[in-house]
Amino acid sequence: MKVLIVDDFGSIRKILGQMLRQMGHETIEAIHGKDAMAKLEVHPDIGLIMLDWDMPEMNGIQVLEALKLLRDKMAQRPTVVMVTTNNQMEKIVHAMTKGANEYIMKPFTKEILEEKLALLGITGGSRA
Amino acid sequence: MPCPYDDRFDGDDREMTVIARETLSFFFTFFQRESGLVLDESKTYLIESRLDPLVRAEGLSSIDELRKRIQQETSPVLKKKVIEAMTTNETSFFRDITPFTVLKTTVIPEVVKANQKSRRLRIWSVACSTGQEPYSLAMVVAELAPELQGWDVRILGTDIADKVLDRAQAGVYTQHEVQRGLSVAYLMRFFAQQGDEWAVKPEVKHFVQFRQFNLLTDFSSLGTFDVIFLRNVLIYFDNATKKQILDRMGHALSPGGTLFLGGTETPIGITDQWVRVKLDQGICYKKQRSA
Repeated sequence: MKVLIVDDFGSIRKILGQMLRQMGHETIEAIHGKDAMAKLEVHPDIGLIMLDWDMPEMNGIQVLEALKLLRDKMAQRPTVVMVTTNNQMEKIVHAMTKGANEYIMKPFTKEILEEKLALLGITGGSRA
Repeated sequence: MPCPYDDRFDGDDREMTVIARETLSFFFTFFQRESGLVLDESKTYLIESRLDPLVRAEGLSSIDELRKRIQQETSPVLKKKVIEAMTTNETSFFRDITPFTVLKTTVIPEVVKANQKSRRLRIWSVACSTGQEPYSLAMVVAELAPELQGWDVRILGTDIADKVLDRAQAGVYTQHEVQRGLSVAYLMRFFAQQGDEWAVKPEVKHFVQFRQFNLLTDFSSLGTFDVIFLRNVLIYFDNATKKQILDRMGHALSPGGTLFLGGTETPIGITDQWVRVKLDQGICYKKQRSA
């Protein structure tokens, strides 16, 4: 599956990219929300977005709002997993209400990533 | 599936001390006798990893000294600590997912039909460690609340180690733990945030009771169950002990009841008391009619 990793921290993009590629996925990186929207235009076949919340230019919630408008026009509706340090219940509820499909709180491990993706039916390089 | 005991030490490159052969043999016999746990030289690293923290906590210099202390002491306290250190297992919520899906879509609806008269559902989570499995079962039950309205539902979680049961009973988990296998939808619905930790809500907790229990002892005091989750437990026992446990599980299961084992475990070749049943994507076991 083609996965878009959106995070302003290079170290997070790197580690997430390594984990996802080890799982058999293809990864693309974006450094903030605006960059993510641009990457989505170039790669309409992106199936999964790993989305940070706090970023310059355009934050994760703004990306979720933009995706809502864009989703009808897209070839497939990408699944969105928030990956963020925001670990308060009200923040989680807010992101889920805005259209996220899953939520990972930083710090996380490869096991957490694998188990969360498995809950979404995403295993290995494909969707089960 | 790799041994879950080993998973916990992936990437742990601490230097370990060399254990005397005599000490290793002592612990092989000790764990086999006290908890039925079968270990050999290939598990030396595991013994070191598990007992090293206890050695330090007790102010001892080595695992050899720990062995001498156990041999000298008549008090069961240290023995108990050693067994707990060896048998405690990191686990996740909804481990392997499928058994819980099968339970929800097929097994509980079957019990609902079969137990219309008694309106009673009993589930046993064996070797439940810090409680993630029984609470996952309780979340499934809570989701089926409309179908189970007016039913007497009880989930029993047992483990040989007191220490993990205290944590299970508290039902409070770290951020790391609530991310292991638990969907955010369940986190939002069934947990309350308490500072940096997450507590299981009373609506889930009230289904679950915990009890210290050694699988090598008599099961009859526990009653009978409609569903037994005996997952990733048998792998630690030799075939004779596996047979003994599986046969006695048969008596602890209600007629028509369902047994779930771990993905790599099977009663085939050990006992002929069980029939393998494929339900949706999952495998479970039912008692032979004649058994």
